Amino acid sequence: MQHARVVITGIGLASPNGDNLAAFRSNLLAGISGVEFMEHRYIGKVPAGVCHFDALKYQGRKELRIGTRAGSISIYCAHEAVADSGLNWEAFDKSRVGVYVGITEHGNVETENEVYNISQFNYDVRCWTHHHNPRTVANNPAGEVTMNMKITGPHYCIGAACAAGNSGIVQGAQMLQLGEVDLALAGGVSESIRSFGIFAGFKSQGALAENADPTKASRPFDKARNGIVVSEGGCIYTLERLEDAQNRGAKIYGELVGWCINSDATDAVLPNPARQAECMRAALNMAGMSADDIDIVSTHATGTPAGDTQECHAVREIFGASKNVRINNTKSFIGHAMGAAGALELAGNLPSFSDGLVHPTINIDDIDPECAMEQLVTRQPQKLPRAETILNNSFGMLGINSCIIVKKIA
Amino acid sequence: MTKEECKKVVLKIISEIAPDENLDIVKPNVRLRDQLELDSMDFLDIVMELRKKYGINVPEADYIKLASLDSCAEYLTPLFNRLKTA
Repeated sequence: MQHARVVITGIGLASPNGDNLAAFRSNLLAGISGVEFMEHRYIGKVPAGVCHFDALKYQGRKELRIGTRAGSISIYCAHEAVADSGLNWEAFDKSRVGVYVGITEHGNVETENEVYNISQFNYDVRCWTHHHNPRTVANNPAGEVTMNMKITGPHYCIGAACAAGNSGIVQGAQMLQLGEVDLALAGGVSESIRSFGIFAGFKSQGALAENADPTKASRPFDKARNGIVVSEGGCIYTLERLEDAQNRGAKIYGELVGWCINSDATDAVLPNPARQAECMRAALNMAGMSADDIDIVSTHATGTPAGDTQECHAVREIFGASKNVRINNTKSFIGHAMGAAGALELAGNLPSFSDGLVHPTINIDDIDPECAMEQLVTRQPQKLPRAETILNNSFGMLGINSCIIVKKIA
Repeated sequence: MTKEECKKVVLKIISEIAPDENLDIVKPNVRLRDQLELDSMDFLDIVMELRKKYGINVPEADYIKLASLDSCAEYLTPLFNRLKTA
């Protein structure tokens, strides 16, 4: 079946180390981490990726008070993406715009806050806010975008654990191919650092990063890695059909040429490298490419001892013999932005198509032999032998794997 | 508490609920919804803040009595004073 070609024409992001693509890219090339310590109810001081974008840029204070952090991040990113795309937004038919936001989870923050709130009133449930349900419905972040931007097309969130960023992009591309919309605002978002339960859950699982220096806490592939740095963030793309983008003379970041989402069907937490490899292979097949056609592999690795090793097995299986590919990891800079991770990590790599560089993986002081890959870029950026394709991995709990391939438009 | 003090309490609550509104221009005898961007959810917020901050419970049947600053003062001042003497 011949599908319409789908391209990326705009990027809006909020990352712990940058509020726009230029700042994000600059910090990735300069080796600057965005992880800091934050104080958390019940948990205390934890390393976390905290975003510092101007939330009042596109929202009033009342809207901020009523809405959620995930909604606010999504609104910021969506506006920035549209502005970056150069679209004539005022004239665009808003009923033909779809909003597809990937989320790892949603509602934990708001529910925890309300339980804490009523604990201050002797658990009088009459003090439970009437804003709770609109804040916690699963479409909240995407819905807040539509209300803020007066978009009347479809909106919903894609719940896909930590594969959600990629999954939101895939959903947007598919809706464009089906002709359901003419513009997709697609990507992922996370507000998870506002939930103590997320930290406590990882801690109980033995998977929460600890380090005296927060900027060193996220260290995928390093021997001393000890878990995940939880982060917030967002990344929304404007996706269009290639023909539409070319007709309006749009700047094109790249084409979504291949993707796959599959399931391990084995364990809720432990990844399955065989299925991850299958996922990458299926994305390559869709793109009509072989491993040697890929220039950058953007890994998912989160800094957990088991997870990183498993992904390396899968990456080696596919790319072990590919001498020209370069492999990196963006979580080493920003921690694990959960639902936003896949979308943010792809965005951090996209400028390689124009600057010809690949940003490194930082915090590898002593590589774990189980994670050693000769194509892994560490410490310093490298000049790419070729900069035309990126394969972006994003995996999540309950055994969900996602992989996207983006190709430079000549 | 006087009625004027009661109005200040209500305005303080509204300033937190609708922080972008200019409350200097509020006319006490005009319905709040006719001069401010307040919807039904905002009025529920006012009721909630009265409960949480001052222990005043406004039954649904009495919400109409919170329509203007003057009517708020008329209705709430005795309730505030009753709390003080309780």
